[in-house]
Amino acid sequence: MMNRLAINIAGLELSNPTMLAAGILGISGLTLSRVAKAGAGAIVTKSLGLQPRAGYPNPTIVQVESGLVNAMGLPNPGIEHFTQEIKFTRSVAPLIISIYAFSTDEFAIAAQKAVKIGADALELNVSCPHAKKTGADIGQDPKLLEEVVKATKRSVKKPVFVKLTPNVDSIVRSAKTAEKAGADALTAINTVKAMVIDIETAKPILSNKIGGLSGSALKPIAVRCVYEIFDAVDIPIVGCGGISTWQDAVEFLQAGASAIQIGTAIAQKGLNIFTQVNEGIEAFLEKKGFHSVKEIIGLSHKSK
Amino acid sequence: MSTITQKINFLRIVEIEKIVRESPTVKTFFFADELSAQGKPGQFIMVWIPGYDEVPMSISSTCSDDLVSITVANVGEATRIMHKQEAGGILGIRGPFGNSFSPVKGKALLVGGGTGIAPLVFLAAELAKLKTKLTFLLGAKTKEELIFLSYIKAIISRTKGKINAATEDGSFGHKGVVTELVETTLAKEKFDKIYACGREPMLYKIFELSNMHKISLQMSLERIIRCAIGLCGSCTIGKYRVCADGPVFTSNQLQEVVNEFGKLKRDFNGTKISV
Repeated sequence: MMNRLAINIAGLELSNPTMLAAGILGISGLTLSRVAKAGAGAIVTKSLGLQPRAGYPNPTIVQVESGLVNAMGLPNPGIEHFTQEIKFTRSVAPLIISIYAFSTDEFAIAAQKAVKIGADALELNVSCPHAKKTGADIGQDPKLLEEVVKATKRSVKKPVFVKLTPNVDSIVRSAKTAEKAGADALTAINTVKAMVIDIETAKPILSNKIGGLSGSALKPIAVRCVYEIFDAVDIPIVGCGGISTWQDAVEFLQAGASAIQIGTAIAQKGLNIFTQVNEGIEAFLEKKGFHSVKEIIGLSHKSK
Repeated sequence: MSTITQKINFLRIVEIEKIVRESPTVKTFFFADELSAQGKPGQFIMVWIPGYDEVPMSISSTCSDDLVSITVANVGEATRIMHKQEAGGILGIRGPFGNSFSPVKGKALLVGGGTGIAPLVFLAAELAKLKTKLTFLLGAKTKEELIFLSYIKAIISRTKGKINAATEDGSFGHKGVVTELVETTLAKEKFDKIYACGREPMLYKIFELSNMHKISLQMSLERIIRCAIGLCGSCTIGKYRVCADGPVFTSNQLQEVVNEFGKLKRDFNGTKISV
């Protein structure tokens, strides 16, 4: 029987449209493999750089009413050290390595190294809201964004996903810039820049003071971003932001996402969330008489 | 609409009600917190020292009037600041997180090293309620660092159990390490379960001994903890997350991660380093 959930995105064959979001668990090959076995159609590593990076001291995460605010500070052992992790992820699901760097040249080198150690695709972190001279500092500057995507595309043949920040005037402009520079797909969105202050002590709680908001508070913002980007570009979009149920996933698909990423919701629902979301999407497709998940991508645009 | 996971993860600011000096390097801090007071032996809370750091701490006791305690060794920057605090000082608390020891009826062997004794004392109090027969082995560098000794003696006498201690300098009990006591104890006696908490080389030795004697085991592991809710991956050992799948692991689980257990842990940047 045909797998209704199968989807090809930028040349990657996914058995289903759920992916692990970058930054979540992706520091260990064995946990990435566990996520794939739990049902994720693709796995994305934590953002890796050319040098090891310790990240920020605790507190690095704060619970708010409808999500989490985090400033981990991109802790990672460096791309080369990750070689010893990657052997555990072989053939479980397509592996997307998230990379960050501090210049266009560094992005090109990091991309080559990531492909060399076994990435099936890359996701460029040009959207982390709490690291200096990388992440959103690049994604918020259209010229820099264009140069980074171009340099990366020139350096590797594997598909390049560009993860966008919502902390800009126009995410549509960022999306168009990335597409024009050669991006094969877009991931939308990274966290929204946020902070939390403890009123008893009058202190910002995160050690970095500023972090990024994830979780359900983000969902309507992310859905809007995906919807607007879908109208503006021809490359596939991976929806990300506050997805915790199959209904959320379907909403993103109908907004225009070809696949979706799950992160924060793992805290509440555990790793079974991937299977739960997939089963829900499949039952929905069957109930509505769709033969493939592809038929609902961008469906909401047709009812204009 | 907040789930239980969200509720326990919200930061609460609490006032330190009482501080007890357990040894020259260890103090117990008491504070009232309704959610932490529902914590079970083996579970941990994240403790924010405002302006400094946030560190994981095992619960060392709970009380019916919502009073909770954590027992803290002065080993680093954050704990040094904590040790300077007095009653009335402020801490930020979230949790309790992780799984807990599952209490057994019959005969239990408890092995604690250093501040690893603290969560086991909490467990011993629970086991005593089940009338489990306890043998408590504890180890520390010196007699002064053998924390909770009189409290453990009181529990042990109620359950007609046994207590034995080892100190590295020989100032109390057996001169040597506590695993030597475990070895001689297991050579003579059978137990339904072994519970252990302490430094990892000690735990690994006990793991080997429990395998040799085919006794089921639960032990509490320590890794770098950041999010405490199973997301960030800082605390992984093999395929497991210490914060969400642990911190208490069984012998079978430890067997699955035997390439790392007792050998490797992760640094702040995620690099595997020697334990």
